[in-house]
Amino acid sequence: MGLARAWAVALRGVEGHVVEIEADIGGGLPGVHLVGLPDAALQESRDRVRAAVVNSGRTWPNERVVLALSPATLRKTGSGFDLALACGVLAAAGTVEQRALEGTVLVGELALDGRLRAVRGVLPCLLAARAAGVRRVVVPEDALTEAALVDGIDVYGAATLGQVLAWFEGAPVLARPCAPPALAAAPLHDLADVVGQDDARRALEVAAAGGHHLLLVGPPGTGKTMLAQRIAGLLPELSSEEALALAAIRSVAGVLPAEGLTRTPPFVAPHHSTSMAALVGGGSGLARPGAVSLAHRGTLFMDEAPEFKSHVLDALRTPLEEGEVRLARAEGTVRYPARFQLVLAANPCPCAPAHDRDCVCPSLVRRRYLGRLSGPLLDRVDLRARMYPVTALSVVGVPAEDTATVRARVTAARAAAADRWTAYGWRCNGDVPGPALRAHFALPAPVVRPLDAGLRSGELTARGADRALRVAWTLADLQGLARPDRDSVEQALYFRDRRAA
Amino acid sequence: MAAKDELGRRGEDEAVRYLEQRGLVVLSRNWRCRDGELDVVAVDGDRLVVVEVKTRSGTRFGEPAEAVTARKIARIRRLAQAWLTAHHVRWCGVRFDVVAVLMEPDRPATLQHYEAAF
Repeated sequence: MGLARAWAVALRGVEGHVVEIEADIGGGLPGVHLVGLPDAALQESRDRVRAAVVNSGRTWPNERVVLALSPATLRKTGSGFDLALACGVLAAAGTVEQRALEGTVLVGELALDGRLRAVRGVLPCLLAARAAGVRRVVVPEDALTEAALVDGIDVYGAATLGQVLAWFEGAPVLARPCAPPALAAAPLHDLADVVGQDDARRALEVAAAGGHHLLLVGPPGTGKTMLAQRIAGLLPELSSEEALALAAIRSVAGVLPAEGLTRTPPFVAPHHSTSMAALVGGGSGLARPGAVSLAHRGTLFMDEAPEFKSHVLDALRTPLEEGEVRLARAEGTVRYPARFQLVLAANPCPCAPAHDRDCVCPSLVRRRYLGRLSGPLLDRVDLRARMYPVTALSVVGVPAEDTATVRARVTAARAAAADRWTAYGWRCNGDVPGPALRAHFALPAPVVRPLDAGLRSGELTARGADRALRVAWTLADLQGLARPDRDSVEQALYFRDRRAA
Repeated sequence: MAAKDELGRRGEDEAVRYLEQRGLVVLSRNWRCRDGELDVVAVDGDRLVVVEVKTRSGTRFGEPAEAVTARKIARIRRLAQAWLTAHHVRWCGVRFDVVAVLMEPDRPATLQHYEAAF
């Protein structure tokens, strides 16, 4: 009898670490001892693994079995180690050759009858294995489409422990991933459905072109929600790296859709009763990703924004600035990327009649209502647009522009911005840090004079001025200008006007 | 005598035969006191050996040796102490062994000896 090694991956947030599992058999009363900071689910795998091995028709060594997970100081969670533990024990017992296990990462939970069950986070496991230079990975068959997203590593899908053992002996029984599934285009809503609302449409276009945050204010039934949902159709497709980063977050959250990788930017719309943990991520032990991370590289739409709890809204402030959330829990801090575009929609007051003049709310109630959107949060919103009641269903004259037309302009503007910023590693105007914008791309004094005036009079904060500057760049890109002119800056300030909200 | 006690008895007979073959001198069998019973106490060279014999008629409920739980181990240790006191033994090295006997019907008994099991 003896010693054997197998490999698995421990996840910590979306980061994985390859874990070496050593199995030692011999000396002492029969029993299984699992060491190396396993959590409760992993402790239970002792019983699962044993039942699965016996029910797969193999003998479990009738001796003392010690299983060590290293690095021993890293906390390991979940049931994804089952397969590696089983193979480690069988290799130590001499049933499987150690040579077959070398350089292979094994991921999957075992059912008692030896079937292999899918686990959360297969994708980040594979990314970690690839980064560690692993050549082969065996995953549950159900996770094969997810695993197919990672190239540069040999992936095999198994349905049972028996198949994996047969494969070690050289039988070609494991499934290989088929070609990455076709990227299904999500059914998109069209902008042509929205009646009127030129101001808000323009704001939406600018938001999509520059990756700016947007607030829509208007009475109910004017199309705030309709308009916000249509931003998804204006945004460019994700690059494969971005799509992979998003898929990794979804995989950890356990919500990766069956078709796997999608290049459509995510659109996440939490209900206003959402909790802090659901929004920014949370959970005991190690935190799981929340809505802001699931909206990474896409849109987070908060309808009826003043109805959200104010501390929940304010929790958005740091991720809005930093593009990631760091969640500290008892068992460590995890980082999740969260570079999303925020779209807020709100009624002007609780009673919200079609025409504002019919409002019956006392002035204090009115003020309090939008006051729930805190100053610091609104300061981070670049564009504020007012929406007006629809006065005629059939607007005479030109029909409303459709998504394709607007999207073409947005794409052109984004391409212009990307040309300018790629050398610096930024993607769109919304990503550019303020100091860089002021230092390396300073505009002539007459152009920025309105900003100086705003700063002096206290209408603008320093951050607000930076943000207005970014919007001005986007407006220039949309117009095909090389750099913003006075007009762009003034328009940007118009969209920032607090009185709109 | 109940069937399970009968099985245990036969298992112990097998175990003692095996131990004596290995050159151990059996001092007492089924030594009882208020707290319980020690199956076999023997001497191996200059060492006192306390042996727990576990017999099963099949592996449907697991291997025999697995039935030696942490609680049973603690009890055997306590009993060993009591045995030493009762026999006025001063100081000596004690080893705890487990002998697992598997007596499946219509088959020769198989026997596994875990030396210094705990």
